[in-house]
This record gives sequence, structure tokens and C-alpha cells, in this order.
Amino acid sequence: MTTVVEAPAAAVGSRVVMIGLVGGAVAVFVSANGMVEAFSERELLDGLTLGAVLLLSIPLLVGYVAGRRQPELEGFATRPPGWRNPATGLLAGFISGVTIGAFVLLIATVDLRGVLLNVTPELVRDDPRILTFGLEPGAGAGLLVGLFAVLGGLAGAIQVLPDLWRRAVLAAVGWVLAFGLMQAVVSQVLRGLQQQLRIWTEPLADFLYDTSGALSIAGITVVAVLGFCLQLLGSRKPRALVNARLERLTDRSRRIVRVAVLAAALLLLGLLPQVLGSFLSEVLNIAGIFLLMALGLNIVVGFAGLLDLGYVAFFAVGAYTTALLTSPQSSLGVGWIFWLAVPFVVLAAAVAGLLVGTPVLRMRGDYLAIVTLGFGEIARLLFLSDWLKPTFGGAQGIIQVGDITVGPVGVRTPQAFFYVIFVFVLLAAYATYALQDSRIGRAWMAMREDESVAEAMGVDIVTAKLSAFIVGAVLAGFGGALFATKIGSVFPHSFNVIVSITVLVVIIVGGMASVPGVVLGTMVLVGLPELLREFEEYRFLIYGALLIFMMLRRPEGFIPSKRRAEELHEEEIAQDEWLKTQDTGSRPEPGSRPEPGSRPEPS
Amino acid sequence: MTDPQPLLSLRGVSTHYGAIQVLRDIDLEIHAGEVVCLLGGNASGKTTMLKTILGYVVPTRGEVLLDGRRITGLPTQRLVGLGVSMVPENRRLFKRMTVRENLEMGCYLRNDSEEVAKDFERVFALFPRVRQRFGQRAGTLSGGEQQMVAMARALMARPKVLLMDEPSMGLAPVLVEQNFEIIREINEQGTTVFVVEQNATMALSIADRGYVLQTGRIVLSGTAESLLSDQRMRTAYLGEL
Ligand SMILES: Nc1ncnc2c1ncn2[C@@H]1O[C@H](COP(=O)(O)OP(=O)(O)O)[C@@H](O)[C@H]1O
Ligand SMILES: [Mg+2]
Repeated sequence: MTTVVEAPAAAVGSRVVMIGLVGGAVAVFVSANGMVEAFSERELLDGLTLGAVLLLSIPLLVGYVAGRRQPELEGFATRPPGWRNPATGLLAGFISGVTIGAFVLLIATVDLRGVLLNVTPELVRDDPRILTFGLEPGAGAGLLVGLFAVLGGLAGAIQVLPDLWRRAVLAAVGWVLAFGLMQAVVSQVLRGLQQQLRIWTEPLADFLYDTSGALSIAGITVVAVLGFCLQLLGSRKPRALVNARLERLTDRSRRIVRVAVLAAALLLLGLLPQVLGSFLSEVLNIAGIFLLMALGLNIVVGFAGLLDLGYVAFFAVGAYTTALLTSPQSSLGVGWIFWLAVPFVVLAAAVAGLLVGTPVLRMRGDYLAIVTLGFGEIARLLFLSDWLKPTFGGAQGIIQVGDITVGPVGVRTPQAFFYVIFVFVLLAAYATYALQDSRIGRAWMAMREDESVAEAMGVDIVTAKLSAFIVGAVLAGFGGALFATKIGSVFPHSFNVIVSITVLVVIIVGGMASVPGVVLGTMVLVGLPELLREFEEYRFLIYGALLIFMMLRRPEGFIPSKRRAEELHEEEIAQDEWLKTQDTGSRPEPGSRPEPGSRPEPS
Repeated sequence: MTDPQPLLSLRGVSTHYGAIQVLRDIDLEIHAGEVVCLLGGNASGKTTMLKTILGYVVPTRGEVLLDGRRITGLPTQRLVGLGVSMVPENRRLFKRMTVRENLEMGCYLRNDSEEVAKDFERVFALFPRVRQRFGQRAGTLSGGEQQMVAMARALMARPKVLLMDEPSMGLAPVLVEQNFEIIREINEQGTTVFVVEQNATMALSIADRGYVLQTGRIVLSGTAESLLSDQRMRTAYLGEL
């Protein structure tokens, strides 16, 4: 017996108004803080600037969210998707449009520059009238309202499609945006492929992109169709198919397949920096150094649960140790080769780890965070200080840090450097996995949960904490060493608190205690901003927005470790389990319900 | 009490938190093979006594002896290796770890994997539900199940003496009874048990001997039968329940 229960109209209405207003507020915000204007320099899709795309993506999002389908709930009749979805999308888009339209009229009549520096006349008053696409304010405001409403309605209409098609449409949109934004990467890869493999790929770039670097109409079509089709095919779970095929093979041929895959991966990896060229390799290198640090901090925070906000100190120690030992200009003046300095980097970082770790042994949680934050600043100030200037060079730092050499060959190009960084990252990832499953990994986990009970189990808390600090410090030290030799000099100002924060944000957004998560987090939060220079000015604004969004909607990160995902969605998982037992309609799993007459259930 | 040397004993132990004295001149003995209970009302210092034995707090006077050896002031993590393990107040499982991982933490210091495997079987036999819940996260277990896992975890260290802090706390009466049944079984398998309880009737029903603690001082002690029939016990303590 199902009951038909519909949400009261007023509740639906207020939700749509709310979404519309939030969208409008975001539109006003990105217009008033200069993002739209700054981004209008770059043409993204044929005839549309990045700024316009940013602005117009708002009604799309708003319409998509507002037009959302009713979730299916057992015992409730679900209204089939229909005209209501685009209608609510349109309404929400319209509300957003009215908001931004009102803002356009406001800044057309009142000069707000005294308060809002980025509300320039070029937004609506003078040419090129960025916000209104060149129209007079009145007509422009009308256009925005109309555009927002139509786009909202369109996005709401996507919700009517069956799941499979809806995902394919989203994929097409995503692919077009990604190819537009990543023009530099795509072009370079196509060019690099032609150079390296002598295959005919470079003309493809000219086909996809205009001379201005925008995705051409033809390019948009091709990419959209490609994304659409791949999503449709992809939903047949190719991985499951591959696995099923592998299952059927004999052991021997399975091993051959595995070796072949590994060889292919190595070959691809070998080619990667060559294909990417020097600029993109450099981006990867920067990301790689951060990845090294993130993997290290992941051990300290993710595994051992010690919130260290002064992590940059170890990065600095690694960099300065390398500089001191390899630069002929440093106070030591020994000018060793890089590899000779590495053991000392390990040593210095480990000592630094001990120095920070020992005094904070008895501290927990927020106290630890504050104290380590202090340590990070102290480290920077020490390197900067006049007192230690004879050793570390004060604000002038240390220059002429030695290059890495492999045999007689110096590692100078970003492409060559990539391999070195890759080896270190691989080492760090391996260490992470090994530690995770080790005794000490278990001890960290138990300590994170309940320090005093872990002690009663025989865990030596002092050793466990210090070893976490030391492992983390050594990985950051490696990062610092690579950083110093890559840049060729070290200055104290490179080692500010922003580095610590960035690394922490990477692991939180990526997924704490998950190596794939940390890798993805680094690529998105460190790699992407290097590629999308337009965003540089707004980097921390975007970090902040992303953090808030993640904490609200996906606190376990993009690619969470299984453990964390379960922790944070305990209720939902419990519910899903319950629903599953309901679905099958059969008897619940043994043990999940008391059976009549059995021993009473512990409750 | 055939063995003249007690397995675990406290001699003239006083413990302070800051300037406040919580334990006053405690003398207490636990012999190998016994079940001894410590009874006392709220805030009488029961948990503090266990903390003192385990080295979480260091007594200001007196000493704790294990097998005649002074263990006062030893760091907590050393005690499990010497044969003392504990089921803490409110179980305190590692909530985000699985039942299996909790038990593995219980034998964290042990290297004898074959014997550990035997002990897994032993706790499964004592607590069949623990086997059923082996892969589940401890935090999602019911209270009764958590109590079982906490006991199983402590047993995985194969202790000489098992310290239990209010195992009946927060459990339904029928479960409490089951629980004490199992405690007796554990004892029959050769583990000495020191159980701290407010539930005097229940504790005395399985204990050989008992001590009664009142504001940090031992006011009564004796065999379980003598305590159950002791008039002072009846009025001062049992009546209070
Ligand atoms: N960490 C502490 N610091 C200060 N006082 C404490 C602390 N722990 C317990 N106490 C005090 O010591 C007394 C005995 O506590 P406790 O041993 O936990 O009692 P019980 O376990 O018998 O309920 C109480 O008055 C309590 O407030
Ligand atoms: Mg207590």
C-alpha cells in the first residue's frame, strides 16, 4: 500500500526561490569582484569569452539543481519527470537573471567604484560592456534575464532525460568546457605526439581550435559528440568486461598481459615529458614536489591524526640543507653533488621532525595545530634572520644550488627533471602503502582513535608520534631538496604558511589517507592553477569556495579512502544496507534481526 | 589463596590528582586464579585504582607489585607485555576500526602468530557474535556487542590478570547476567580477574573475594559470602543501590 505524498507547493516554491537567489548572488559576486571582466580577455568557445562562460554557467547550474528530480523513496509515489523540471529550472534561472539584471541597472545608475574597486565602467557603462554583451544597460538587463531563464529551463530539461542520456549530456558539456580550458595542454600534446611518434596529430589542433585559441564550432561539435558517445559506451562498464576477460585467461597468459600492460605504462611514462614539452613538464614537476609533500603530510595528518600546520618548516629544512651542501656560494662552500647531499637532507629533516615533535608530544588536536603553526613561522624567520645570516644568507638566501647529476650528465631540462621527481614520488607512494599496512600504521590508527587505550595495548605513543613526524618531515625534506635544485636558489620567502595550507587543502579535498585522492588533489589544486593562469588572482577564493563546498557535501574528499567514506556516511550506509535487505524481499542476513526464540539481542 | 605470593598487589597506595587525594592508603591483593571485585559508589576512586595499576597515574605513596615485582611508575605500554590487560570503562573500542582490527590491536605486541590464531578461536568460542561481526566497524556495534569486543580485545593479549572497569555499565539486566557468566568462564579457563563494579550483588555472585571502596578508602573486605551477609555491607552499600 503506497501513499501518494507530494511536497506542499509552498515548500517547493521557496526552495526554487532560494536556489535562484543564491545563483543570482554568485553571479553578482563574480561580476563585482572582477572575475568576469578578468576572464573576458580569453576567448574560450567560438565567440564566447571565459568570462561569459563563467556567467552563463550559473543559470545552467541553478536550473539543473532546481529542476532536480524527486528522489525515489520507498512508500512514496515518485512523480514522473515532466514539464515541471524545466519549469522550475526556468523559474530559478529567471530569479537569478532578475538579480543580476537588477545589479546591472544599479551599477549603470550609481557609481559603486568607491566601495567595489572592480566594478569598472567597462562592465555596463562604457564599451565593451562586458556584462551586457555590448548592449545598453536597459536592454542588457533584459537580455540577461531572458538568457538566464532560458538556460535555466534548458538545464532543468536535462533532468527529464533518462539517467543514461542525462549523464551523456553532462559528459558532453564537461568535455567541451575541459577542452576549451585546456587548450594549451591539448594543443601541446597533439604537437608533442607528432614530434615524438611521427603521427599526424598536429593538424587536429588547428581543426579543434581557432587562431585565438578558442574551441571552434567544429571543435565543439566533435568534442561534444565524443564526450557524449564515450559516456554512453563507458556506462557499459568496460572495466568489468576487461576483468571478466582476464578471469578466463590461464595464469600464464594473465602474467603476460600484466607484463605487457606494465611495459606499455612505462613506455608511456617515458614518453610523457617529451610529449608534454618543457612548459607542461614544468607544471608537472611543481605538482610533483607538492605531491611529495602532500604524501608526507598525509602520513602525519591522515594516518597519525596529528594536525601539523607548520609543515613548510621541513620543506625549508630540506631546501636549505641542499643549498648549503651543493652551492659553492653557500657558507659551507663545499659544492657537493646533489646525491651526496641527500643523506644529509634525510638527517636534517629527521632532526627537525624530532625538534618539532618532541615538545608537542602531550598536545592534542587544536593545541597541536596552533603550536606547529608557530613552529612553521619560526623556521621561516630563523632562515630570514640576521642572526643566522652568515649561514643562511638572510633575505638574500643561497644561490647557485647544484644541479642533479646522473653520472656525468646534469639534469637541467624540466623533461629530465620529471623523471627524478617521479622516482621520488613513486618512493613516497610506496612508503605510504607499506606503512599503511604495517604495525606502525596500525599503531597510528589506534592512536588517532584513542591515545590512552592504544597505550594500554602496548603502543609506545612517543615512538609512534615521533616516527610519524619524522617520516613526514623526510618526505617534505625531499620535496625541499628537489625544489631548491630545480629553482637553483633558495629564499626564505618561499617558505611561508601558504605552502603548509596548500598542502593541507590538497589532502583534505583530495581525500585524507588515500593516495589516489592525494594525487588527484595535487593535480587539481596545484597543477591546474599553473595551467590556468587567469585564475591566479582568484586562486585562494576558489580554494575557499571549494573547501566549503567539500566540507558540506563531500567531507571525505574526491577519492576518499574506503575507511573515511564509511565513517562520514555512516547513517546513509546503514540505510542503504537496510534498503538492500528490503529490496531482495528475502529474509534479512542472519544476525541482523533477532530470530524469535533466540538469545536476546545485545542492545 | 594457596599461593603465598599474590599475583597483583597494592601496598599502601595513595594517589592524588593535583592536590586532591583520591586513593588513601590502599592495601589489596589478588591471587592467581581468583576473581576479585572492587565495589564502590560513584566517584569513590575505582577507576583511579585501575589507572594507578596501569601506570596512567603514578601513586604518590606506596607501590604496585606484579608477581612480587615492583611495577609502580612503569609506562603504561609496558604493562600489557607483563600480563596485565584492561577492559576500560565504557568499553572504549577503536570505533572507526573493524572488530578484527580491534582484536589485532589487542595482540599488538605478540609475535607468536600460531598462538594468536588459537586465541582468536578461543575468543570466538567465548563470543560467537564477535566472529559474526568480524569485519564490521566497531562503532556501529550495539552496546552489548561492544562490551564483548572489548573483552575479546583484552583477552587477545593473553593476560595473566584481566582488569575490568564496570562491565555492567549501560547494559540491559539480562545482558549483564550473560556478561558475568562469561567472566566466570574466562576465569575458569585460567585468567585471573579483577572486576570493578557498582553492581555489588552481581559482582559478588561470581567473585571469590571483594573489597569495598568508599571515598578512596577500603572500608570492608572479605570473601564474597561474608560480604553478602555482612550487616554493614547491607546497610552502607547494598541498600544504597
Ligand atoms: N583526571 C582527573 N583529574 C582530577 N580529578 C579526577 C580525575 N579523574 C577522576 N577525578 C576525581 O577522582 C574521584 C574518583 O574518580 P573515579 O576514580 O573516576 O571514580 P569511580 O570510577 O569510582 O566513579 C572523583 O571525585 C573524580 O572527580
Ligand atoms: Mg569509574
